[in-house]
Amino acid sequence: MKHLTEYRDGEKAKRLAGEIQRLVTRPWAIMEVCGGQTHSIIRNGIDQILPDKIEMIHGPGCPVCVTPLDVIDKALAIASRPDVIFCSFGDMLRVPGSEGDLFKVKAAGGDVRVVYSPLDAVKIARENPDREVVFLAIGFETTAPANAMAVKLAHDQCVDNFSALVSHVLVPPAIEAIMNSPGNRVNAFLAAGHVCSVTGFDHYRPLCDRYKVPIVITGFEPLDLLDGIRRCVAQLESGSAAVENAYPRVVSEQGNVAAQTLLDEVFETTDRNWRGIGSIPHSGWRLRDTYRNFDAESKFDVAAICTRESTLCRAGDVLKGAIKPNQCEAFGKQCTPRTPLGATMVSGEGACAAYYNYGRLVPLNAPDTNVAEQA
Amino acid sequence: MADKTPKSSRNGAGDPIDFGGPVCPVPLQDYPNVILGHGGGGKLSAELVEHVFLPAFKNDHLDVLRDSAVIQLTGQRLAMSTDSYVVRPLFFPGGSIGDLAINGTVNDLAMSGAKPLYLSAAFIIEEGFPIAELKRIADAMGAAARHAGVTVITGDTKVVEQGHGDGCYINTAGVGVVPDGIDIAPNNARPGDVVIVSGTLGDHGMAIMSVREGLEFDAKIQSDSAPLADMVAAITEVCPDVHVLRDPTRGGLAASLNEIAASSDCGIVIEETRLPIHPIVQSACEILGFDPLLVANEGKLVCMVPAAFAGAVLNAIQADKHGSNAAIIGHVVAEHPGVVVAKTVIGASRVVVTAIGEQLPRIC
Ligand code: SF4
Repeated sequence: MKHLTEYRDGEKAKRLAGEIQRLVTRPWAIMEVCGGQTHSIIRNGIDQILPDKIEMIHGPGCPVCVTPLDVIDKALAIASRPDVIFCSFGDMLRVPGSEGDLFKVKAAGGDVRVVYSPLDAVKIARENPDREVVFLAIGFETTAPANAMAVKLAHDQCVDNFSALVSHVLVPPAIEAIMNSPGNRVNAFLAAGHVCSVTGFDHYRPLCDRYKVPIVITGFEPLDLLDGIRRCVAQLESGSAAVENAYPRVVSEQGNVAAQTLLDEVFETTDRNWRGIGSIPHSGWRLRDTYRNFDAESKFDVAAICTRESTLCRAGDVLKGAIKPNQCEAFGKQCTPRTPLGATMVSGEGACAAYYNYGRLVPLNAPDTNVAEQA
Repeated sequence: MADKTPKSSRNGAGDPIDFGGPVCPVPLQDYPNVILGHGGGGKLSAELVEHVFLPAFKNDHLDVLRDSAVIQLTGQRLAMSTDSYVVRPLFFPGGSIGDLAINGTVNDLAMSGAKPLYLSAAFIIEEGFPIAELKRIADAMGAAARHAGVTVITGDTKVVEQGHGDGCYINTAGVGVVPDGIDIAPNNARPGDVVIVSGTLGDHGMAIMSVREGLEFDAKIQSDSAPLADMVAAITEVCPDVHVLRDPTRGGLAASLNEIAASSDCGIVIEETRLPIHPIVQSACEILGFDPLLVANEGKLVCMVPAAFAGAVLNAIQADKHGSNAAIIGHVVAEHPGVVVAKTVIGASRVVVTAIGEQLPRIC
């Protein structure tokens, strides 16, 4: 735990905030790409100690939030089948599909199980040869290696009753889409350390050069984030734009080469739909032909799924940084963690959930509809 | 008890049960597992009581085996409470469903300032459940009852068909006597009160989590299951004006504080840097994306006392064997009624919310 308390030191945090204050001469908007960073910022109140000139914008990097609605609906349809054991990470269970969520499927008798590793799902498949075991394989570059390993293992060991519903998304194309989007306000990015620990950060350089945007790789502790923000501001104020690694205790330039090799063997890039944002070219992974037998979408007939998204939900605007969660009309009214309209309100890393759960002290002085929800 | 070591056969994998054979007067030890007949109220039920429960709880009231226990009342205020225990797994580091079922009800009684006296114990057992495991549970209950100074004076047993239960469920109810002059209730918190917790948070929830999900952490996390009546007696001894006592079980400290803030119509401010949390529990929570404030405890209390008594109460708790890590963690305020606020490590603040359901482990 020493390694954690070291990065949560209140005095050091104040010193870093003071340095940022001294550096900043004009307004800057910095996007933290990852939902884990968003939560740390709101949970620790980092935004409260930053100078007013710095605006933190929440990015699209919550894997639960950006998983497209049709994938959730396909998951619900497959999980409802009596011959299926459906395995998922815990935080996908409350994500609303067009009709209900995986918890509802479980309550109605579906065999939905929370696993901590996709390898557990392969084990369940081995132990239940007469059932189909399906794993919901979502997430960024961080979760992909273990998911790739599960598919490869099932392939090598001929566990034919295992399949994965794959919906992986990639960070760099999302950054590019944000820079290209009309009205983009982002001046610098805090890139997610966990993702870079797998991919390295060499491939951020072309982005940084093309858009003249500072990209600083950071961790998730308060001091990590404050240091990342300080480095962004220093670059912005001096007019430079470089990729900086502010998380060297975890991230190296080349990343985890073994994981990259595995990913390349199992997955190929594809265009991917992002929930609330739309399709981004080459922004996802799907299984290569060699592993197509383990693709749940081909195994189960779920192509004809019709989706129905809430008309009130503005999660896409939240994920692109166009609005803050509390600027959504439904925030705290029709949409609460108990009655979520969008995935950003349910996910442990969703920006709407972060605002609702931790950040409501500020609007408490205004007429407040949320307090009763807690009782 | 059975000298034949029973297989763990709750899911039907063990010895087939011979329903065709004679049921009575077959000696109990011939059955390594609970069968439907054990809940039938007949000889088998009686034998289960005689062989398993009576030896574990042994006392004069129970030995009479009446349908209900009769207790002499002398105009005292009685506290009564009941709770059901459905924990999985039944045995975990630091305890079992048995001591949990005793300590839980003892603590519920203690939180109203009562001295717990008598408990009932009702079992709902799944057909096929190994008698040896039931005996282990009963023995753990007996030991916990003796440790807590309560007697189990009545009980009940039901057996449900295989597949209709989860091994063994226990309900306990209890009564205790509330000393004169004590008025402790969740709506009694007042601005200026000091908030004290009796020890590290989240130990029970993470102990269960680590065994249930087969997660391995560097060191074993132990449940904190413990009776708190003596600690409560020590608190009320030094501070007759205790405002609130609560054992933060399911929903963790966050749920308890939110309930207290709502029913007292006060705000509560706690300081994150003062929260006692075991480093291993903290690490496990980090890995799974859990908030230790939302994780269950089974041997901790939170109390709110007038500031003048804070030092004395803290000392009294720390002198108890279950309270060495007690800490003052915050205070009650008039502002933001109904809302619990945490001062964060970097000196900012955030709202502390109650979880919607169970906490879910995150994806990455
Ligand atoms: S507050 Fe709810 S409805 Fe609004 S954007 Fe967030 S998830 Fe969607």
